[in-house]
Parts: sequence; structure tokens; C-alpha cells
Amino acid sequence: MDLGSTFFYKYQRFIKTLKIYLLIAGPGLIVMLADNDAGGITTYTVTGAKYGYGLIWFLLLLLPVAYIVQEMTVRLGAVTKRGHAEAIFDAFGSFWGWFSFLDLALVNWLTLVTEFIGMTAALAIFGINPLITVVIVSIVMMLMVLQGKYWTWEKIALLFAALNIVYIPAAFLVHPSMSQVLSVGLVPHFPGGFNGTLFFFLMANIGTTIAPWMIFFQQSAVVDKGMKEKDIPWGQIDTLIGSAFTVLVAIFLVVVTGTVLYGSEVESAAQAASVMMTTNPWLGTFIAIGLFNAGFLGAICISLASSWAFGEVFGWAHSLNLKIREAPWFYACYLFALISAGAVVLIPHAPLVLITLFVQVIAVTLLPAALVFLILLLNNEEIMGKYKNTTLQNVASATIVIAIIVLSTLYGITTLFPELLM
Amino acid sequence: MVSIDGVFGMRIGSIIHGWVDKIHEINKKYEKPRIRMSRGVRIALIFLRLYLILLVLLLGYKFWTLLK
Repeated sequence: MDLGSTFFYKYQRFIKTLKIYLLIAGPGLIVMLADNDAGGITTYTVTGAKYGYGLIWFLLLLLPVAYIVQEMTVRLGAVTKRGHAEAIFDAFGSFWGWFSFLDLALVNWLTLVTEFIGMTAALAIFGINPLITVVIVSIVMMLMVLQGKYWTWEKIALLFAALNIVYIPAAFLVHPSMSQVLSVGLVPHFPGGFNGTLFFFLMANIGTTIAPWMIFFQQSAVVDKGMKEKDIPWGQIDTLIGSAFTVLVAIFLVVVTGTVLYGSEVESAAQAASVMMTTNPWLGTFIAIGLFNAGFLGAICISLASSWAFGEVFGWAHSLNLKIREAPWFYACYLFALISAGAVVLIPHAPLVLITLFVQVIAVTLLPAALVFLILLLNNEEIMGKYKNTTLQNVASATIVIAIIVLSTLYGITTLFPELLM
Repeated sequence: MVSIDGVFGMRIGSIIHGWVDKIHEINKKYEKPRIRMSRGVRIALIFLRLYLILLVLLLGYKFWTLLK
């Protein structure tokens, strides 16, 4: 074979592989990019403003962490054809089932409120009334699911997920010093020394990377998409690419705020966008749009994660492939979650800061349980067959889970008792 | 003659009754855990129970200190 033929053959093979990937891709990419939700964007913004490029190395460490945890949901969903809520009920009985389900419902609803807080704050920068934001967002999100096809929903969600990369051009707008980014960002160190505040920031970044709803969402999405055992390798690639994107987006945002706002007291992404609007309107606009999009993407995934869980537990029809008359309760749950969470944001003087803190604490109660159940299920040969965890996977996942449990618990405790950090 | 309030109350009552029945049905369906209760699984579940008790105690303490 000559060089031209070899190149053509490899090109054809690449295109074929890409087509298969695009067909299977979705749950991993969406869950990972939705992971950079309004809360996540706020955390990265504040991290950059506080520590500059100093914690970029730590964000890179979170890539394998996110991948290893979420990859297990791909295998579990593809093998059992069940969502995580149903899998817990089935494997561990009704006590643990109800605990996980009710905790998930509460933490998801509270997180949904924080997504609406992010979206309304982002659009308020452009002078849009929060009521209009909530109404329009709820209508768009309802229309997205009502078309009766998982595939269509997924492609629309992927479009919004692609908008998440708005932070990459934003980073080029601020002209960061590449040598500074590489020398400060990639060398592991603790800027300002290891202290209580830095510890809180490290834990907040972990908390935004691994959230309980992600485990439930991806497993249910894998089932709704109809992925089979043979699709697992593609699901793994999808999750890996998603993990890389989520960390990349976080790093670029840290570069933006680390360049422009380093050393200033910033408490939220909306505040950062407002400040940037005065100095560089393009940059401020990018940050505000990014925050809105992050909240929107987070909201569609979180409300779906809850609706799928309700359907699984109560035995209702629960698929985006079904029409509204075929799965009325599934869509009713979705609509109720949206409207009720949106309404909270519109209540004058609602304790939004308290709700945001409460989310972190409640998530801490669910995350260890969800992770422990995940590992136990992935080690059960009767359930997983040849797809059960290998020794290497167990060592990696157990190390990560133990570290996450310890750190997220400390995060929850320091959120409850901030005086411990003083 | 049945009042509107009465009809509404009966409707709510039947909905609640339906939900209670559904919960009983779910509890019955998942009464026995499917997973084999090996030593590792038992230890993990005991750890989770203790962990949750600790968190509830901490939340309770926080609530008490807020009220004080």
C-alpha cells in the first residue's frame, strides 16, 4: 500500500470511529460539563481571585478523580439497565433506598435553587428581571423534554454544554502570561501556606467536582439512552473527554479571574462579571453568559436526575423517549421541581445564602453513601458479572472515595462551624 | 347534599391513601436486600450508619447553638 492509500484508509477509519463516538457520546460529556454549574463557576471564580494561578495543579488532580467515579456509573447503568436509585433499593433494601432517594430529592431541589440564583444573577447584569428569567428558563427547559426523544434532548443539551467553553476565549481576552501560568499553576504548592482558608477552598473545589446528583444522573442517562455492555468502552471515552473538558473549563476560568481579579475580594461569579463589565465589557459579558449557561445546564440535568429517580422508585414510566401522556408523573416531577425552585428565588428576602450553605451540608450526607454503594455494587459479581471492578480499579476508587469522604465531611463541618478555621 | 369542601377532602384523602399504599408496596418489593451480606458489605453499612448518626448529631448541635 502506498502512502496515499494508507492515509486514506486511516482517515476513513478515523471518520468511522468519530461517527460511532458521536452516536454514543452524551451522558459523560453532559454530566461533566454540567458539573461546572452555577456553584462550580462561583467556586472557580473566587478561587482565581483569591489564589491567582496557584491552585491550577490541584484542579488537574481532579481529572482522574472525576473520571474514576463517573466511569463506574457507565458500567453499572449499561449492565443493570437500572438507574442508581432503583439499584440501591434493589441491592440494599428499602431503608437505604429511601434514605438515598429522599436525600437526593432534597439536595437536588436545593441545588436547583442555587442554579436559579446563578441564572437570575447573571441576567440581572444585563438588566433582565428575575421573574422574566425564571419564566423563560422554565418554559425552555420544559420544551426541551416535551419533544419525546432522548436523542433530541441530548443533542440540545450538548449544544448548551458546548457554550460552557466560553471561558476559553475569555482567557485569551485577558492576555495572561503563559510563563506565569505554567510556572505558578503547574507546580504543586500551597499559596500563602497551608491554612484553614486554603483548606476550605481545596475542599470547595473537590465538592464542585464530585456531586451526588452526577452519579444518579449519568447512570439514568446511560439507561435512558439504551447503552449496552458493548457500548461501555465508548461510554468510558465519553466520560474521559467530559472530565478533561470540565477541568479545562475550570482552569481557563481560574486563569481569567486570576489575571484580572487577583487579590480582590470577590464573593460570587455574578459580582466578578459586574466588576469586569466596568473595565472590559466583552469579558464581563462572557463571564455573565457563562454563568447563566452553567446554571441552565446544571438545572436541566439536576431536575432530570430527580425525575428519573422518582420514576425508578415509584415504578412510573420514566423516559425522555415517552410522550407526556405516556409518562405524566415523570414530567410532572420535572415541572414541579423547576417551578418550585424558580419560585424560591423570586421570594423577596429569601435566605439564598443560607440555602447555598445548606446544599453543601446536605450533599455531604448523601455523597459518602452514594459512593460506598457504588463501590459495593461494582464489586458484586452476581450483578456486574465480568464488568465488576478489577483490583486496580478498586484500589483507585477506594482511595478516592476515602479521600472524598474525609474531605467532604470536613468541608461540611467547616461550613457548619466556620469558627474552626480561625 | 355533599359540599365542595367534602368532595375536595375525599379526593385529597384518596390521594394520600394511594401514596401510603404505594410506599407499602415499595417497602414490600425491596424488603430483602439482593446483595449478599458479606463481611465487607456489613462493615461498610455499619460505617455508613455511624457516619450518618455523627452528622445528624452535629447538625442537631448546630441547631441547638443557633437557638441558644
